[in-house]
Amino acid sequence: MRASVVRIEDKLYQNRYMIDAGRPHIKVRPHQSPSPNLLALTVVCPANCYEVNEDGQVEVTADGCMECGTCRVLCEESGDIDWSYPRGGYGVLFKFG
Amino acid sequence: MTEEKFDAIVVGAGMSGNAAAYTMASRGLKVLQLERGEYPGSKNVQGAILYANMLETIIPDFRDDAPLERHLVEQRFWLMDDTSHTGMHYRSDDFNEPTPNRYTIVRAQFDKWFSRKVRAAGAIVLCETTVTELALDAAGKVIGVHTDRAGGIIHADVVVLAEGVNGLLGTRAGFRKVPKPEAVALAVKEMHFLPEEVIAERFGLTGDQGCVIEAAGTISRGMTGLGFLYTNKESISLGIGCLVSDFAATLESPYALLDAFKDHPSIRALLAGSEIKEYAAHLIPEGGFKAIPQLFGDGWVVVGDAAQLNNAVHREGSNLAMTSGRIAGEAIAAIRSRKHPMTRENLSLYKAMLDKSFVVKDLRKYKDMPALLHTNSRNFFMTYPRLLSQAAQNFVRVDGTPKIEKERATTAAFIKARSRWGLVSDAVRLALAWR
Repeated sequence: MRASVVRIEDKLYQNRYMIDAGRPHIKVRPHQSPSPNLLALTVVCPANCYEVNEDGQVEVTADGCMECGTCRVLCEESGDIDWSYPRGGYGVLFKFG
Repeated sequence: MTEEKFDAIVVGAGMSGNAAAYTMASRGLKVLQLERGEYPGSKNVQGAILYANMLETIIPDFRDDAPLERHLVEQRFWLMDDTSHTGMHYRSDDFNEPTPNRYTIVRAQFDKWFSRKVRAAGAIVLCETTVTELALDAAGKVIGVHTDRAGGIIHADVVVLAEGVNGLLGTRAGFRKVPKPEAVALAVKEMHFLPEEVIAERFGLTGDQGCVIEAAGTISRGMTGLGFLYTNKESISLGIGCLVSDFAATLESPYALLDAFKDHPSIRALLAGSEIKEYAAHLIPEGGFKAIPQLFGDGWVVVGDAAQLNNAVHREGSNLAMTSGRIAGEAIAAIRSRKHPMTRENLSLYKAMLDKSFVVKDLRKYKDMPALLHTNSRNFFMTYPRLLSQAAQNFVRVDGTPKIEKERATTAAFIKARSRWGLVSDAVRLALAWR
Protein backbone atom coordinates (compact mmCIF):
# COMPACT_ATOMS: atom_id res chain seq x y z
CA MET A 1 0.00 0.00 0.00
CA ARG A 2 1.24 3.48 -0.81
CA ALA A 3 2.72 5.34 2.11
CA SER A 4 0.81 8.54 2.63
CA VAL A 5 1.60 11.43 4.88
CA VAL A 6 -1.52 12.14 6.87
CA ARG A 7 -2.03 15.42 8.57
CA ILE A 8 -4.39 14.75 11.45
CA GLU A 9 -4.96 18.49 11.92
CA ASP A 10 -6.64 18.59 8.50
CA LYS A 11 -9.04 15.84 9.56
CA LEU A 12 -9.87 17.32 12.96
CA TYR A 13 -10.37 20.73 11.38
CA GLN A 14 -13.62 19.40 9.90
CA ASN A 15 -15.05 18.69 13.33
CA ARG A 16 -16.94 20.91 15.75
CA TYR A 17 -15.70 21.18 19.33
CA MET A 18 -16.73 23.13 22.40
CA ILE A 19 -13.46 23.32 24.35
CA ASP A 20 -13.75 23.47 28.15
CA ALA A 21 -10.69 25.68 28.60
CA GLY A 22 -8.58 24.75 31.61
CA ARG A 23 -10.63 21.63 32.43
CA PRO A 24 -9.18 18.76 30.41
CA HIS A 25 -11.24 15.55 30.72
CA ILE A 26 -8.15 13.34 30.40
CA LYS A 27 -5.07 13.51 32.61
CA VAL A 28 -1.84 11.55 32.39
CA ARG A 29 -0.40 10.37 35.71
CA PRO A 30 3.06 11.84 36.34
CA HIS A 31 5.71 9.27 35.40
CA GLN A 32 9.42 8.90 34.75
CA SER A 33 9.15 6.69 31.69
CA PRO A 34 5.87 5.64 30.02
CA SER A 35 4.43 2.12 30.12
CA PRO A 36 4.17 0.34 26.73
CA ASN A 37 0.41 1.01 26.53
CA LEU A 38 0.83 4.67 27.40
CA LEU A 39 3.53 5.01 24.79
CA ALA A 40 1.28 3.23 22.26
CA LEU A 41 -1.27 6.01 22.63
CA THR A 42 1.09 8.37 20.82
CA VAL A 43 0.36 6.27 17.72
CA VAL A 44 -3.04 4.68 18.19
CA CYS A 45 -5.03 7.68 19.46
CA PRO A 46 -7.14 8.54 16.39
CA ALA A 47 -6.98 12.26 17.22
CA ASN A 48 -3.25 12.24 17.97
CA CYS A 49 -3.86 13.75 21.40
CA TYR A 50 -0.82 12.06 22.96
CA GLU A 51 2.77 13.14 22.40
CA VAL A 52 6.15 12.36 23.91
CA ASN A 53 7.79 15.47 25.37
CA GLU A 54 11.51 16.17 25.32
CA ASP A 55 11.98 14.37 28.64
CA GLY A 56 10.51 11.18 27.18
CA GLN A 57 7.22 11.47 29.09
CA VAL A 58 3.81 11.18 27.48
CA GLU A 59 1.59 14.26 27.57
CA VAL A 60 -2.02 14.69 26.51
CA THR A 61 -3.72 17.64 24.83
CA ALA A 62 -7.34 16.61 24.62
CA ASP A 63 -8.69 19.49 22.52
CA GLY A 64 -9.16 17.32 19.42
CA CYS A 65 -10.43 14.31 21.38
CA MET A 66 -13.40 12.51 19.83
CA GLU A 67 -14.17 10.75 23.13
CA CYS A 68 -13.78 7.30 21.59
CA GLY A 69 -12.29 5.75 24.72
CA THR A 70 -9.35 3.90 23.14
CA CYS A 71 -6.93 5.39 25.69
CA ARG A 72 -9.32 4.55 28.50
CA VAL A 73 -9.47 0.90 27.45
CA LEU A 74 -5.68 0.69 27.21
CA CYS A 75 -4.56 2.81 30.15
CA GLU A 76 -7.26 3.47 32.75
CA GLU A 77 -7.04 0.21 34.66
CA SER A 78 -3.26 0.56 35.10
CA GLY A 79 -3.75 4.09 36.41
CA ASP A 80 -1.65 5.59 33.61
CA ILE A 81 -4.47 7.99 32.82
CA ASP A 82 -7.59 9.48 34.40
CA TRP A 83 -10.51 9.52 31.98
CA SER A 84 -13.82 11.32 32.44
CA TYR A 85 -16.46 12.68 30.15
CA PRO A 86 -16.27 16.41 29.46
CA ARG A 87 -18.82 18.55 31.26
CA GLY A 88 -22.28 18.58 29.69
CA GLY A 89 -22.31 20.37 26.34
CA TYR A 90 -18.50 20.41 26.00
CA GLY A 91 -16.18 18.28 23.91
CA VAL A 92 -16.76 17.00 20.40
CA LEU A 93 -20.11 17.76 18.76
CA PHE A 94 -20.70 15.48 15.82
CA LYS A 95 -22.66 17.05 12.98
CA PHE A 96 -23.27 13.70 11.31
CA GLY A 97 -21.91 10.99 13.61
CA MET B 1 -35.68 19.38 40.16
CA THR B 2 -34.26 17.62 43.19
CA GLU B 3 -37.66 17.70 44.92
CA GLU B 4 -39.11 15.64 42.12
CA LYS B 5 -38.85 11.87 42.00
CA PHE B 6 -39.01 10.05 38.72
CA ASP B 7 -40.21 6.56 37.95
CA ALA B 8 -37.11 6.11 35.83
CA ILE B 9 -33.99 7.99 34.80
CA VAL B 10 -32.40 7.05 31.49
CA VAL B 11 -28.72 7.97 31.12
CA GLY B 12 -27.91 8.58 27.46
CA ALA B 13 -29.89 9.44 24.33
CA GLY B 14 -28.51 6.95 21.84
CA MET B 15 -30.44 4.06 20.33
CA SER B 16 -30.88 2.05 23.52
CA GLY B 17 -31.63 5.06 25.73
CA ASN B 18 -34.19 6.48 23.33
CA ALA B 19 -35.86 3.10 22.96
CA ALA B 20 -36.04 2.67 26.74
CA ALA B 21 -37.26 6.22 27.40
CA TYR B 22 -39.87 6.02 24.64
CA THR B 23 -41.14 2.63 25.79
CA MET B 24 -41.54 3.73 29.42
CA ALA B 25 -42.94 7.21 28.70
CA SER B 26 -45.53 5.84 26.29
CA ARG B 27 -46.65 3.45 29.04
CA GLY B 28 -47.28 6.38 31.34
CA LEU B 29 -44.11 6.32 33.43
CA LYS B 30 -42.58 9.58 34.58
CA VAL B 31 -39.24 9.50 32.77
CA LEU B 32 -36.21 11.78 32.88
CA GLN B 33 -33.58 11.28 30.20
CA LEU B 34 -30.15 12.85 30.63
CA GLU B 35 -27.77 13.43 27.71
CA ARG B 36 -24.33 15.00 27.95
CA GLY B 37 -24.26 16.24 24.34
CA GLU B 38 -25.55 19.58 23.12
CA TYR B 39 -28.36 17.70 21.38
CA PRO B 40 -29.21 13.99 21.17
CA GLY B 41 -26.84 12.45 18.64
CA SER B 42 -24.00 14.93 19.07
CA LYS B 43 -21.88 12.29 20.84
CA ASN B 44 -23.06 9.30 18.85
CA VAL B 45 -21.24 7.61 15.98
CA GLN B 46 -22.40 4.75 13.80
CA GLY B 47 -21.82 3.55 10.19
CA ALA B 48 -24.81 3.61 9.93
CA ILE B 49 -27.39 1.03 8.95
CA LEU B 50 -30.85 1.02 10.49
CA TYR B 51 -32.73 -2.27 10.70
CA ALA B 52 -36.37 -1.41 10.17
CA ASN B 53 -37.94 -4.34 11.95
CA MET B 54 -36.60 -3.47 15.41
CA LEU B 55 -37.62 0.19 15.13
CA GLU B 56 -41.03 -0.80 13.75
CA THR B 57 -41.69 -2.75 16.92
CA ILE B 58 -41.21 0.50 18.86
CA ILE B 59 -42.53 3.12 16.41
CA PRO B 60 -44.62 1.35 13.75
CA ASP B 61 -45.07 4.39 11.48
CA PHE B 62 -41.44 5.62 11.68
CA ARG B 63 -41.19 5.78 7.88
CA ASP B 64 -43.59 8.73 7.84
CA ASP B 65 -41.10 11.23 9.22
CA ALA B 66 -37.80 9.59 10.25
CA PRO B 67 -34.74 10.97 8.41
CA LEU B 68 -33.81 7.92 6.33
CA GLU B 69 -31.08 8.16 3.71
CA ARG B 70 -31.37 5.21 1.31
CA HIS B 71 -33.01 1.79 1.48
CA LEU B 72 -30.50 -0.93 0.72
CA VAL B 73 -30.86 -2.98 -2.44
CA GLU B 74 -27.28 -4.17 -2.74
CA GLN B 75 -24.74 -5.64 -0.34
CA ARG B 76 -21.15 -6.23 -1.41
CA PHE B 77 -18.76 -8.38 0.63
CA TRP B 78 -15.17 -7.92 -0.45
CA LEU B 79 -11.95 -9.71 0.40
CA MET B 80 -9.17 -7.33 -0.48
CA ASP B 81 -5.46 -7.59 -1.07
CA ASP B 82 -3.23 -4.65 -1.92
CA THR B 83 -4.37 -4.27 -5.51
CA SER B 84 -7.62 -6.21 -5.82
CA HIS B 85 -10.90 -7.20 -4.32
CA THR B 86 -12.68 -10.54 -4.65
CA GLY B 87 -16.34 -9.96 -4.10
CA MET B 88 -19.67 -11.53 -3.38
CA HIS B 89 -22.43 -9.14 -4.33
CA TYR B 90 -26.07 -9.56 -3.54
CA ARG B 91 -28.57 -7.26 -5.20
CA SER B 92 -32.25 -7.93 -5.42
CA ASP B 93 -35.29 -6.09 -6.72
CA ASP B 94 -37.12 -7.78 -3.83
CA PHE B 95 -35.61 -5.11 -1.58
CA ASN B 96 -37.62 -2.47 -3.47
CA GLU B 97 -40.60 -3.27 -1.28
CA PRO B 98 -43.25 -1.01 0.28
CA THR B 99 -41.64 -1.34 3.72
CA PRO B 100 -37.93 -1.86 3.13
CA ASN B 101 -35.85 -3.86 5.58
CA ARG B 102 -32.65 -1.82 5.90
CA TYR B 103 -31.79 1.85 5.49
CA THR B 104 -28.68 3.95 5.77
CA ILE B 105 -29.03 6.78 8.29
CA VAL B 106 -26.97 9.69 9.60
CA ARG B 107 -26.99 9.33 13.36
CA ALA B 108 -26.93 12.98 14.42
CA GLN B 109 -30.08 13.58 12.37
CA PHE B 110 -31.76 10.30 13.21
CA ASP B 111 -31.16 10.66 16.95
CA LYS B 112 -32.71 14.13 16.98
CA TRP B 113 -35.81 12.68 15.35
CA PHE B 114 -35.94 9.76 17.81
CA SER B 115 -35.57 12.20 20.68
CA ARG B 116 -38.53 14.26 19.44
CA LYS B 117 -40.59 11.06 19.59
CA VAL B 118 -39.36 10.43 23.14
CA ARG B 119 -40.44 13.92 24.20
CA ALA B 120 -43.77 13.59 22.41
CA ALA B 121 -44.34 10.39 24.38
CA GLY B 122 -44.02 12.44 27.57
CA ALA B 123 -40.43 12.02 28.77
CA ILE B 124 -38.39 14.99 29.97
CA VAL B 125 -35.13 15.18 28.01
CA LEU B 126 -32.31 17.23 29.49
CA CYS B 127 -29.25 17.78 27.30
CA GLU B 128 -25.82 19.22 28.14
CA THR B 129 -25.99 17.28 31.38
CA THR B 130 -23.27 14.78 32.26
CA VAL B 131 -24.22 12.26 34.91
CA THR B 132 -21.14 12.10 37.11
CA GLU B 133 -22.07 9.36 39.55
CA LEU B 134 -24.84 7.03 40.57
CA ALA B 135 -26.44 7.74 43.94
CA LEU B 136 -26.65 4.66 46.15
CA ASP B 137 -28.32 4.14 49.51
CA ALA B 138 -26.64 2.43 52.45
CA ALA B 139 -27.70 -0.99 51.17
CA GLY B 140 -26.14 -0.36 47.76
CA LYS B 141 -29.40 0.20 45.91
CA VAL B 142 -29.30 2.82 43.16
CA ILE B 143 -31.67 5.62 44.14
CA GLY B 144 -30.80 8.23 41.56
CA VAL B 145 -27.94 10.14 39.95
CA HIS B 146 -25.55 13.04 40.52
CA THR B 147 -25.01 15.37 37.57
CA ASP B 148 -22.64 18.21 36.77
CA ARG B 149 -25.52 20.68 37.10
CA ALA B 150 -26.21 22.53 40.32
CA GLY B 151 -28.41 20.68 42.79
CA GLY B 152 -28.16 17.40 44.60
CA ILE B 153 -29.31 13.91 43.79
CA ILE B 154 -32.06 13.43 41.23
CA HIS B 155 -34.12 10.56 42.56
CA ALA B 156 -35.73 7.71 40.63
CA ASP B 157 -37.02 4.20 41.32
CA VAL B 158 -34.78 2.81 38.63
CA VAL B 159 -31.87 4.03 36.50
CA VAL B 160 -31.46 2.72 32.95
CA LEU B 161 -27.77 2.86 32.04
CA ALA B 162 -27.75 3.55 28.30
CA GLU B 163 -24.39 5.24 28.57
CA GLY B 164 -22.68 3.70 25.58
CA VAL B 165 -19.51 1.70 25.12
CA ASN B 166 -17.58 3.93 27.55
CA GLY B 167 -20.13 3.55 30.32
CA LEU B 168 -18.31 5.22 33.17
CA LEU B 169 -21.14 5.08 35.70
CA GLY B 170 -21.46 1.32 35.68
CA THR B 171 -17.71 0.73 35.88
CA ARG B 172 -17.23 3.34 38.61
CA ALA B 173 -20.01 1.73 40.64
CA GLY B 174 -18.33 -1.66 40.19
CA PHE B 175 -21.23 -3.17 38.21
CA ARG B 176 -18.92 -4.12 35.35
CA LYS B 177 -15.32 -3.80 34.27
CA VAL B 178 -13.80 -1.54 31.66
CA PRO B 179 -13.90 -3.52 28.38
CA LYS B 180 -10.68 -5.37 27.58
CA PRO B 181 -8.68 -4.06 24.58
CA GLU B 182 -9.39 -7.32 22.75
CA ALA B 183 -13.15 -6.91 23.31
CA VAL B 184 -13.54 -3.55 21.56
CA ALA B 185 -12.70 -2.29 18.09
CA LEU B 186 -11.67 1.25 17.31
CA ALA B 187 -13.42 2.46 14.18
CA VAL B 188 -12.54 5.67 12.36
CA LYS B 189 -14.83 7.12 9.76
CA GLU B 190 -15.16 10.02 7.35
CA MET B 191 -18.20 11.59 5.75
CA HIS B 192 -17.57 12.14 2.05
CA PHE B 193 -20.05 14.42 0.32
CA LEU B 194 -20.95 13.98 -3.34
CA PRO B 195 -23.94 15.07 -5.42
CA GLU B 196 -26.87 12.66 -5.17
CA GLU B 197 -26.77 11.85 -8.90
CA VAL B 198 -23.04 11.05 -8.78
CA ILE B 199 -23.63 8.49 -6.03
CA ALA B 200 -26.57 7.05 -7.98
CA GLU B 201 -24.47 6.71 -11.12
CA ARG B 202 -21.39 5.19 -9.44
CA PHE B 203 -23.38 2.49 -7.70
CA GLY B 204 -26.14 2.00 -10.28
CA LEU B 205 -28.89 3.26 -8.02
CA THR B 206 -32.19 4.99 -8.73
CA GLY B 207 -34.35 7.01 -6.37
CA ASP B 208 -33.52 6.31 -2.77
CA GLN B 209 -31.89 2.93 -3.42
CA GLY B 210 -28.64 2.33 -1.56
CA CYS B 211 -25.61 0.07 -1.66
CA VAL B 212 -23.14 -0.95 1.04
CA ILE B 213 -19.71 -2.51 0.84
CA GLU B 214 -18.10 -4.39 3.69
CA ALA B 215 -14.49 -5.38 3.20
CA ALA B 216 -11.83 -7.41 4.96
CA GLY B 217 -8.28 -8.25 4.02
CA THR B 218 -4.90 -6.64 3.87
CA ILE B 219 -6.56 -3.24 4.45
CA SER B 220 -6.37 -4.06 8.18
CA ARG B 221 -2.67 -5.04 7.88
CA GLY B 222 -3.08 -8.32 9.72
CA MET B 223 -5.28 -6.90 12.46
CA THR B 224 -8.79 -8.23 13.12
CA GLY B 225 -10.84 -5.61 11.36
CA LEU B 226 -13.33 -4.55 8.75
CA GLY B 227 -13.68 -1.68 6.32
CA PHE B 228 -17.02 -0.31 5.19
CA LEU B 229 -18.56 2.03 2.66
CA TYR B 230 -22.21 3.04 3.03
CA THR B 231 -24.11 5.20 0.56
CA ASN B 232 -26.24 7.95 2.06
CA LYS B 233 -28.36 10.33 0.00
CA GLU B 234 -25.67 12.93 -0.63
CA SER B 235 -22.72 11.43 1.16
CA ILE B 236 -20.70 8.27 1.58
CA SER B 237 -19.71 7.02 5.04
CA LEU B 238 -16.31 5.40 4.76
CA GLY B 239 -14.59 3.78 7.68
CA ILE B 240 -12.40 1.03 9.03
CA GLY B 241 -12.27 -0.58 12.45
CA CYS B 242 -9.83 -2.98 14.14
CA LEU B 243 -9.47 -4.40 17.63
CA VAL B 244 -7.85 -1.99 20.08
CA SER B 245 -5.51 -4.77 21.27
CA ASP B 246 -4.29 -5.19 17.68
CA PHE B 247 -3.69 -1.47 17.29
CA ALA B 248 -1.68 -1.47 20.51
CA ALA B 249 0.35 -4.52 19.47
CA THR B 250 1.10 -3.42 15.90
CA LEU B 251 1.30 0.33 16.55
CA GLU B 252 -0.64 1.08 13.39
CA SER B 253 -2.07 4.57 13.10
CA PRO B 254 -5.86 4.50 12.72
CA TYR B 255 -6.05 7.49 10.41
CA ALA B 256 -3.16 6.27 8.25
CA LEU B 257 -5.09 3.00 7.93
CA LEU B 258 -8.20 4.93 6.90
CA ASP B 259 -6.30 6.95 4.33
CA ALA B 260 -4.70 3.81 2.88
CA PHE B 261 -8.17 2.23 2.60
CA LYS B 262 -9.42 5.36 0.80
CA ASP B 263 -6.45 5.15 -1.52
CA HIS B 264 -7.04 1.50 -2.45
CA PRO B 265 -7.64 1.25 -6.22
CA SER B 266 -11.01 -0.44 -5.63
CA ILE B 267 -12.22 2.38 -3.36
CA ARG B 268 -10.51 5.47 -4.74
CA ALA B 269 -12.70 5.80 -7.83
CA LEU B 270 -15.89 5.50 -5.79
CA LEU B 271 -14.93 8.54 -3.70
CA ALA B 272 -13.32 10.67 -6.41
CA GLY B 273 -14.12 14.36 -6.09
CA SER B 274 -15.79 14.08 -2.69
CA GLU B 275 -15.68 16.75 -0.01
CA ILE B 276 -14.91 15.48 3.49
CA LYS B 277 -16.99 17.16 6.18
CA GLU B 278 -16.35 15.11 9.31
CA TYR B 279 -13.87 12.70 10.84
CA ALA B 280 -15.13 10.55 13.69
CA ALA B 281 -13.81 7.80 15.94
CA HIS B 282 -15.73 5.40 18.13
CA LEU B 283 -15.37 2.09 19.95
CA ILE B 284 -17.47 -0.91 18.96
CA PRO B 285 -18.08 -3.76 21.43
CA GLU B 286 -16.71 -6.95 19.86
CA GLY B 287 -16.50 -9.36 22.76
CA GLY B 288 -19.81 -11.03 21.99
CA PHE B 289 -21.70 -13.34 24.32
CA LYS B 290 -18.79 -13.97 26.67
CA ALA B 291 -18.29 -10.23 27.27
CA ILE B 292 -21.88 -9.52 28.37
CA PRO B 293 -21.68 -8.14 31.92
CA GLN B 294 -24.19 -8.27 34.78
CA LEU B 295 -27.30 -6.70 33.23
CA PHE B 296 -29.34 -5.68 36.28
CA GLY B 297 -29.12 -4.96 39.97
CA ASP B 298 -30.93 -3.14 42.76
CA GLY B 299 -32.39 -0.08 41.10
CA TRP B 300 -30.56 -0.36 37.78
CA VAL B 301 -30.36 -2.08 34.42
CA VAL B 302 -27.82 -1.69 31.62
CA VAL B 303 -28.67 -1.70 27.90
CA GLY B 304 -27.07 -1.34 24.45
CA ASP B 305 -23.34 -0.85 23.89
CA ALA B 306 -22.75 -0.32 27.61
CA ALA B 307 -23.83 -3.95 28.00
CA GLN B 308 -21.61 -5.01 25.06
CA LEU B 309 -24.69 -6.06 23.09
CA ASN B 310 -23.23 -6.05 19.61
CA ASN B 311 -23.11 -8.76 16.96
CA ALA B 312 -19.71 -8.28 15.32
CA VAL B 313 -20.16 -11.15 12.86
CA HIS B 314 -23.30 -9.63 11.32
CA ARG B 315 -22.19 -6.05 12.00
CA GLU B 316 -25.37 -5.37 13.94
CA GLY B 317 -25.37 -3.12 16.96
CA SER B 318 -28.03 -0.43 16.90
CA ASN B 319 -30.82 -2.98 16.53
CA LEU B 320 -29.57 -4.91 19.54
CA ALA B 321 -29.29 -1.61 21.41
CA MET B 322 -32.81 -0.59 20.46
CA THR B 323 -34.26 -3.97 21.34
CA SER B 324 -32.49 -4.18 24.69
CA GLY B 325 -33.72 -0.66 25.51
CA ARG B 326 -37.27 -1.55 24.56
CA ILE B 327 -37.21 -4.79 26.55
CA ALA B 328 -35.75 -3.04 29.60
CA GLY B 329 -38.53 -0.43 29.31
CA GLU B 330 -41.19 -3.12 29.02
CA ALA B 331 -39.81 -5.05 31.98
CA ILE B 332 -39.72 -1.93 34.17
CA ALA B 333 -43.25 -0.95 33.13
CA ALA B 334 -44.45 -4.49 33.93
CA ILE B 335 -42.83 -4.46 37.39
CA ARG B 336 -44.31 -1.05 38.10
CA SER B 337 -47.80 -2.04 36.98
CA ARG B 338 -47.69 -4.84 39.57
CA LYS B 339 -46.63 -2.20 42.10
CA HIS B 340 -43.49 -4.20 42.84
CA PRO B 341 -40.22 -2.50 43.89
CA MET B 342 -37.28 -2.16 41.48
CA THR B 343 -35.15 -4.74 43.25
CA ARG B 344 -32.47 -6.90 41.72
CA GLU B 345 -34.77 -9.88 41.93
CA ASN B 346 -37.64 -8.15 40.15
CA LEU B 347 -35.43 -6.53 37.52
CA SER B 348 -34.10 -9.97 36.55
CA LEU B 349 -37.25 -9.98 34.42
CA TYR B 350 -35.30 -7.80 31.96
CA LYS B 351 -32.62 -10.46 31.51
CA ALA B 352 -35.18 -13.24 31.27
CA MET B 353 -36.96 -11.35 28.49
CA LEU B 354 -33.70 -10.45 26.74
CA ASP B 355 -32.52 -14.09 26.84
CA LYS B 356 -35.62 -15.08 24.88
CA SER B 357 -35.03 -12.42 22.21
CA PHE B 358 -32.81 -12.56 19.12
CA VAL B 359 -30.31 -10.34 20.95
CA VAL B 360 -28.92 -12.98 23.28
CA LYS B 361 -29.74 -15.93 20.99
CA ASP B 362 -27.62 -14.42 18.18
CA LEU B 363 -24.73 -13.55 20.47
CA ARG B 364 -24.75 -17.04 21.95
CA LYS B 365 -24.62 -18.57 18.45
CA TYR B 366 -21.33 -16.77 17.71
CA LYS B 367 -19.83 -17.00 21.19
CA ASP B 368 -16.55 -18.54 19.93
CA MET B 369 -16.10 -16.30 16.90
CA PRO B 370 -14.32 -13.33 18.55
CA ALA B 371 -11.60 -15.57 19.99
CA LEU B 372 -11.14 -17.44 16.70
CA LEU B 373 -10.75 -14.31 14.58
CA HIS B 374 -8.53 -12.69 17.16
CA THR B 375 -6.07 -15.57 17.51
CA ASN B 376 -5.92 -16.23 13.75
CA SER B 377 -6.07 -12.68 12.51
CA ARG B 378 -3.05 -12.89 10.20
CA ASN B 379 -4.43 -15.95 8.42
CA PHE B 380 -7.94 -14.62 8.05
CA PHE B 381 -7.05 -11.03 7.21
CA MET B 382 -3.76 -11.38 5.26
CA THR B 383 -3.09 -14.91 4.01
CA TYR B 384 -6.52 -15.96 2.78
CA PRO B 385 -7.44 -12.70 1.02
CA ARG B 386 -4.13 -12.85 -0.88
CA LEU B 387 -4.61 -16.53 -1.77
CA LEU B 388 -8.14 -15.87 -2.94
CA SER B 389 -7.04 -12.95 -5.09
CA GLN B 390 -4.28 -15.08 -6.68
CA ALA B 391 -6.73 -17.90 -7.31
CA ALA B 392 -9.28 -15.55 -8.91
CA GLN B 393 -6.64 -13.89 -11.07
CA ASN B 394 -5.26 -17.24 -12.08
CA PHE B 395 -8.77 -18.30 -13.10
CA VAL B 396 -9.60 -15.28 -15.24
CA ARG B 397 -6.22 -14.43 -16.76
CA VAL B 398 -5.76 -16.16 -20.16
CA ASP B 399 -2.09 -16.64 -20.95
CA GLY B 400 -1.70 -19.98 -22.69
CA THR B 401 -0.98 -21.93 -19.50
CA PRO B 402 -2.95 -25.19 -19.60
CA LYS B 403 -5.90 -25.06 -17.17
CA ILE B 404 -4.75 -28.16 -15.31
CA GLU B 405 -1.46 -26.44 -14.47
CA LYS B 406 -3.31 -23.31 -13.32
CA GLU B 407 -5.46 -25.36 -10.96
CA ARG B 408 -2.42 -27.17 -9.59
CA ALA B 409 -0.67 -23.85 -9.00
CA THR B 410 -3.68 -22.52 -7.06
CA THR B 411 -3.90 -25.65 -4.90
CA ALA B 412 -0.16 -25.58 -4.28
CA ALA B 413 -0.30 -21.93 -3.22
CA PHE B 414 -2.97 -22.68 -0.58
CA ILE B 415 -1.05 -25.68 0.77
CA LYS B 416 2.24 -23.80 0.81
CA ALA B 417 0.71 -20.92 2.74
CA ARG B 418 -1.26 -22.88 5.35
CA SER B 419 -0.35 -26.62 4.91
CA ARG B 420 -3.04 -29.24 4.36
CA TRP B 421 -3.57 -29.61 8.09
CA GLY B 422 -3.77 -25.83 8.54
CA LEU B 423 -6.42 -25.49 5.84
CA VAL B 424 -8.56 -28.27 7.28
CA SER B 425 -8.12 -27.00 10.81
CA ASP B 426 -9.02 -23.40 9.86
CA ALA B 427 -12.12 -24.64 8.05
CA VAL B 428 -13.21 -26.83 10.95
CA ARG B 429 -12.67 -24.12 13.56
CA LEU B 430 -14.52 -21.58 11.46
CA ALA B 431 -17.40 -23.97 10.94
CA LEU B 432 -17.58 -24.77 14.66
CA ALA B 433 -17.55 -21.10 15.65
CA TRP B 434 -20.23 -20.30 13.06
CA ARG B 435 -22.48 -23.21 14.01
